Amino acid sequence: MGFTEGDLSAIWLTIKIASVTTALLLILGTPLAWWLARTRSFWKGPIGAIVALPLVLPPTVLGFYLLLAMGPNGPIGKFTTALGIGTLPFTFWGLVIASIFYSLPFVVQPIQNAIEAIGEKPLEAAATLRAGPWDRFFSIVVPLARPGFITATILGFAHTVGEFGVVLMVGGNIPEVTRVISVQIYDHVEAMEYTQAHWLSAGMIIFSFIVLTMVYLFNNKKSTSKIIGV
Amino acid sequence: MNNNNISAKFSFRNPNFYFDIELNIPVSGITAVFGQSGAGKTTLLRCIAGLEKIAGGQLKFGEQQWQSADQFLPVHQRPIGYVFQESALFEHLNVLENLNYGRKRAHSGVNQEEFERIVELMGISQLLSNNAALLSGGEKQRVAIARALMMKPEILLMDEPLASLDRKRKQEVMEYLENLHRELSIPILYVSHSVEEVTRLATYIVVLERGKIVKHGDIKRVLSDHILQDMMADEPFTLLFGQVISACNEYCLTEVKIDGHTIYMPRQNVSDEQLIRLHLNARDISITLQKPQQTSVLNVFECQVIEIGDATGNGQCMVRLSLNNTELLAKISDYSRVILNLRPAQKVFAQIKAVSVVQ
Repeated sequence: MGFTEGDLSAIWLTIKIASVTTALLLILGTPLAWWLARTRSFWKGPIGAIVALPLVLPPTVLGFYLLLAMGPNGPIGKFTTALGIGTLPFTFWGLVIASIFYSLPFVVQPIQNAIEAIGEKPLEAAATLRAGPWDRFFSIVVPLARPGFITATILGFAHTVGEFGVVLMVGGNIPEVTRVISVQIYDHVEAMEYTQAHWLSAGMIIFSFIVLTMVYLFNNKKSTSKIIGV
Repeated sequence: MNNNNISAKFSFRNPNFYFDIELNIPVSGITAVFGQSGAGKTTLLRCIAGLEKIAGGQLKFGEQQWQSADQFLPVHQRPIGYVFQESALFEHLNVLENLNYGRKRAHSGVNQEEFERIVELMGISQLLSNNAALLSGGEKQRVAIARALMMKPEILLMDEPLASLDRKRKQEVMEYLENLHRELSIPILYVSHSVEEVTRLATYIVVLERGKIVKHGDIKRVLSDHILQDMMADEPFTLLFGQVISACNEYCLTEVKIDGHTIYMPRQNVSDEQLIRLHLNARDISITLQKPQQTSVLNVFECQVIEIGDATGNGQCMVRLSLNNTELLAKISDYSRVILNLRPAQKVFAQIKAVSVVQ
């Protein structure tokens, strides 16, 4: 009983993809969240909507267009080919890029909300106390927005672990390259291996439950009711 | 660094506000920027701090150009201290960490001895390890002032630092501000709409109205302007600057010397030789043509009429009197003006019925 070798490889791959995606999302999502939180530009609306699109679109739609964009004739595909990397669909990095789009709102929105909640005043005060822009970010924004960053990390990771439709479109089903837990479960069910499917599925439920409980407990403690602002 | 000049030129227009300031003032002591809310006081202060960036603005502090057509010195590079209306302490840091935030970053912050002196001056030595979020309003504001002072700023900008406090806390913080002014020689630019704060603290005043400077100058000079009086207070008054001769004479009266004259008042909580300000309501001065011989009024001075104002709607008129170099403002009934046949340059006697120490 327990996990097969294929299951373990899928779990390991899922953790790898989710970790890399979350790390990249924090790096890319933070400046975007900062901009969205503070801009008065007209573009705040449209850009905010684009960030939120994965919340409402079927993952297959997202996957379909990402597949086209990363394919040999798509803009990303042409770019990666020119760089000599080849095309990204059905590769680990292809899945990471797709996951970044897919989980974007789950990282950007908690950080954006946290930065908006800080407001202008502590930053102005820090500026009058000789702190330059980077200094203000690390000494004021990061500590004050910490609950937002933690929520973003947990949700970004958990949401990437839970993806299926995008993976199937962009990654296919290649063992140790793109076969993540959700795809593995699908395979088990297709092959009528219900016991194996149970092990992974129940594991996912327990994992998700623990993660969400952590998020809610954490946010209650900080008396912040907003987790994601949709 | 005690006698710097600020020269500023800022102008912008939006649909319901035209801000147009041109200013060149010396800054030493406490300069009050006074006006009603919406006059643009805070905007002016924020422009000077660099928190507001107005295209085409000009700003020079002493020899340092802070803003010009092709240059804008960012806030964090200006040698200022800033105290916000609400203290803006960092709530993720304790009091000591708040105090050290600017001190660590300033090129030449205070040394340990000066640090302790400021902590003592602001009365916050017991609070250093406290959580900044849990302080009372008055304590927060004192910590915020101390935090700004820890950088040894060349000028301290204060935006209505008492406005968010209740009356008791206001008194408390005001006393600390007076100590600060006495003990440290740092110039302060102090935004306020409170006549009380301005008459108590300011040495120089800049008066703003609807985004323009109406008047500026030494407080003694500017406050005697009766047009400003109308704007500033419901009740016209004169501010007198004097020195205590005796806090308690043989009759237990306090004697204060003002411009060569002595004013007697019921015993006040002051000390000998202390410099104080007296507030004299115009309605508490009456005018007689002969020196009153037998009167219970303690303070009677021979004055000369400078100017007589027009009668107001309720049958009163304002009379400006000169007592040597000091100007007094009296409010009498228009009927009395006619009966006494008052005219400019006339010699009269002013009886001061009540006077209070500003505090």
